[in-house]
Amino acid sequence: MKFIALIVIVLGIIAVAQLMRVYELTSKLRNRREEEIELRDNKMNANLMLLFMFIFFGSFLWMVARYGAGGIPVAASVEGVGYDWLMGLNLIIILLVFFLTNGLLFWFAYKYYKKPGVKAYWYPHNNKLELLWTVVPSIVLAVIIILGLKNWNERQGASGEDAIRVELYSKQFDWTVRYAGEDNVLGKFDYKLINGNNPLGLATRNTIDARVQEMDSLIKAAEDRINNPDNIFSVESMEKMRGDLASKERIYLRLKQLQNLHNDSLDVYAYDDIVKPSNTKLVLCKGREYEFSFRAEDIIHSAFFPHFRAQINTVPGMVTRMKFTPSMTTEEMRKELNDDDFQYILMCNKICGASHSNMKLFVEVLDEAQYNEWWTQEIAENTFKK
Amino acid sequence: MAVGAHEAHGHHEENFVSKYIFSHDHKMISKQFLLTAVFMGVVAMLLSILFRIQLGWPEESSDFLHAFLGDRWAPDGILDRNMYLGLVTMHGTIMVFFLLTGGLSGTFSNLLIPYQIGARDMASGFMNMLSYWLFFLSSAIMIISLFIETGPAMAGWTVYPPLSALPQAVPGSGLGMTLWLTSMAIFIASSLIGSLNYIVTVLNLRTKGMHMTRMPLTIWAFFVTAVLGLLSFPVLFSAALLLIMDRTMGTSFYLSDIIVGGEMLDNTGGSPLLYQHLFWFLGHPEVYIVLLPALGLSSEIISTNSRKPIFGYRAMIGSILAIGFLSFIVWGHHMFVTGMNPFLGSVFVFTTLLIAIPSAVKVFNYLTTLWRGSIVYTPAMLFAVGMVSTFITGGVTGIILADSALDIAVHDTYFVVAHFHVVMGMSAVFGMFAGVYHWFPKMYGKMMNTRLGYVHFWTTLISGYGVFFPMHFVGIAGAPRRYYDYSVYETFDANQFEIIFELNQIISVFAILGGFAQLIFLYNFFYSIYRGPKAVQNPWKSNTLEWTTPVEHIHGNWPGALPEVHRWPYDYSKPGAEEDFIPQIVPLAEGEEEH
Repeated sequence: MKFIALIVIVLGIIAVAQLMRVYELTSKLRNRREEEIELRDNKMNANLMLLFMFIFFGSFLWMVARYGAGGIPVAASVEGVGYDWLMGLNLIIILLVFFLTNGLLFWFAYKYYKKPGVKAYWYPHNNKLELLWTVVPSIVLAVIIILGLKNWNERQGASGEDAIRVELYSKQFDWTVRYAGEDNVLGKFDYKLINGNNPLGLATRNTIDARVQEMDSLIKAAEDRINNPDNIFSVESMEKMRGDLASKERIYLRLKQLQNLHNDSLDVYAYDDIVKPSNTKLVLCKGREYEFSFRAEDIIHSAFFPHFRAQINTVPGMVTRMKFTPSMTTEEMRKELNDDDFQYILMCNKICGASHSNMKLFVEVLDEAQYNEWWTQEIAENTFKK
Repeated sequence: MAVGAHEAHGHHEENFVSKYIFSHDHKMISKQFLLTAVFMGVVAMLLSILFRIQLGWPEESSDFLHAFLGDRWAPDGILDRNMYLGLVTMHGTIMVFFLLTGGLSGTFSNLLIPYQIGARDMASGFMNMLSYWLFFLSSAIMIISLFIETGPAMAGWTVYPPLSALPQAVPGSGLGMTLWLTSMAIFIASSLIGSLNYIVTVLNLRTKGMHMTRMPLTIWAFFVTAVLGLLSFPVLFSAALLLIMDRTMGTSFYLSDIIVGGEMLDNTGGSPLLYQHLFWFLGHPEVYIVLLPALGLSSEIISTNSRKPIFGYRAMIGSILAIGFLSFIVWGHHMFVTGMNPFLGSVFVFTTLLIAIPSAVKVFNYLTTLWRGSIVYTPAMLFAVGMVSTFITGGVTGIILADSALDIAVHDTYFVVAHFHVVMGMSAVFGMFAGVYHWFPKMYGKMMNTRLGYVHFWTTLISGYGVFFPMHFVGIAGAPRRYYDYSVYETFDANQFEIIFELNQIISVFAILGGFAQLIFLYNFFYSIYRGPKAVQNPWKSNTLEWTTPVEHIHGNWPGALPEVHRWPYDYSKPGAEEDFIPQIVPLAEGEEEH
């Protein structure tokens, strides 16, 4: 089969080459020159310009009819509804410009092809016209800028006093949720405190002391391994071990500093935090404003909630934030879409390695009664320090 | 003086090496740039076809993938997940930097600056040669990085740290990334030497009568492009240098509070956002470094083949300058959702949308140039019209992305991919094709086949829009870019999964068709170099100076004295003139106004 395909391709190439040769010889016979474009070629291309315009616009409209907005459901947050309105308005503006200018372009390209005896119109400039198409776009853009910035400032502004605080923690290739507990304040954290028992590195007197001790014993063990005369290492691995040790010592020093500066009175904020195992779905309450904060453990990820029209990157070494208010429960959206399996989603939207496209977290929006029931149980069972 | 220098040059004995390899002649260097760019373009297009096969037919075994990537990267014909990221990264890097920056400016600035301003050669032939050979070296290193065991760079063409700094995070951030950074450092050196040379040549070597306000728009575009490159590439160089230090010397410019692969790093105090600011300080002017030459070439081609002066010559120059200036203060629009201060974001919304004004002026001026013209459809003219169409189509979606409030939900989705591919992958590439068809007779002294050019244009236009238009729909649906596949959609919305899957297949089919369409060009290009009919001196009846030089290339461009310029380059169909063009060397008739 492959062999036949290969033969067909080779024969095809030979056929094209022969056709070219024939074309070349006939051109020579007819004394045709490549730079002299014949009337019928000009006319053909002009007609194709018009034909292309119809196909282009037609297939665009067909795609709008068939795919709409690519199958994304209506916005499920208050902010998302505002977003969709603004997007709709801007799309109308740019589509008008798109059809007008592309339409004129292809129309002129069709109409004004070179005809014998017709000379082009000498028209080097017209200041009034140029002023017109400087001023009109400026006015339209001013409207776009004003509406856009108004929306942007609202979305980026501080959230209300009673907004529910939630932290989302990202690493290759999953998400971890931390709810702020009854006091609605997220406890302090430090990346140096992260270990198996404390996956998000919450900072309390206990976690700090435990981690200092752990680091101390890790350093001792490393020193013993290096200094034990019975162990024989290659030069490279010795160098690597010494490097690791030095790095551990630097982290240890900073941990000690953390220990000295730690304010115990802040620990209560962390005690009632609820840290779910990674990949456990995020549960939200319809109609409540949320203040999310984001952290990243290893590299940059992006927290993208397409259904709530919300996105922010998560960056190692800094905390980023966003806010939104869910306006439809998962149940309501399922009814709307007539799809019982539909789920809200949080996707990673910044390239982060092999499993980037699988880094997701399900999101469930409950109504207030369901949410309160779920919340009471969580508070009772899953706080950081029961 | 210049003539004397030329005669002194004439006594050099040219051997094979000094004529074809380490040539100082701008015409030869231009051809060298073009051939390298064609090669790099073919490689980058092939890479895109490989990952389009994956996106169109995920989980299906492909002999084609296996043939190119082997057991290492496509076991059983299924693309490796890491290599997928490597392919997108290398496709982007090669297309943006090697085809559209080095290739486009390198070819046409070199060819046209001395020709169109009436100079014997570039200000420094030696620097010009150095610029090409550094470009060649960096291209070679970039290509070599495709073949190493841990794979090429895999952090996307923007190579954001920490991903690009940590080999534990992705295998491509090992040796692949080292080669990427080395290649880019050399590339930047090449680009800087080239830019400096272009600027000096334009400012100092214009022939008598060639005032700045009589320069063709091509030269204006190349000139501003060179200024942009000269001012912005050094910043990328710094960014790359700091990244190299973070990778090898344990510094913390971009790294802070990281645990990766189970290892706690002691880096602290660095900021990944710093890299992004530095990268996009180049990255946005870069977009115009890619686009301005295409606009310049198209201006010239549209005017010549409409047999009409370009409408609003001074406004066109003003637009080029305005775009050039504004391009330096818009970079933050790439960073609206990175955690950058939202107020700073608002400032960038304002500056970015301002740039739409000179762009709109350019479009309307092109339209008015075509209006009541007498259009001759050479293949170059077709591509120039296609360039304007794609510039419009890609430009209007930029308005959505420049608006921070709207960018939130389409940032890093296929909407962005669609936007910049219509502008760079189509508009800038069309400008480059237009340039090749138009100036091929000047470069090689032969004619390309017109009818094959027609077939090439129409298949490329249809397949190009076929690829990039559906991407807007995928993107507005929120589908993230750089995803290996979209199977994740199956877990939360089966309906949307179907739509994205179907659109992806359509896109991939057109991508493959588009790939075949370029074979027509390659065939025509190489066949015509060897067997094309001999060109005449001024095949397109054009006004600019390059068409007054002999068809056979000679050292120093003009056999006798340098030509003297008496008028602007756009005297097409001027009332009162017998012919529909008046070359720049023709003195003004008595009582004739310049324009």
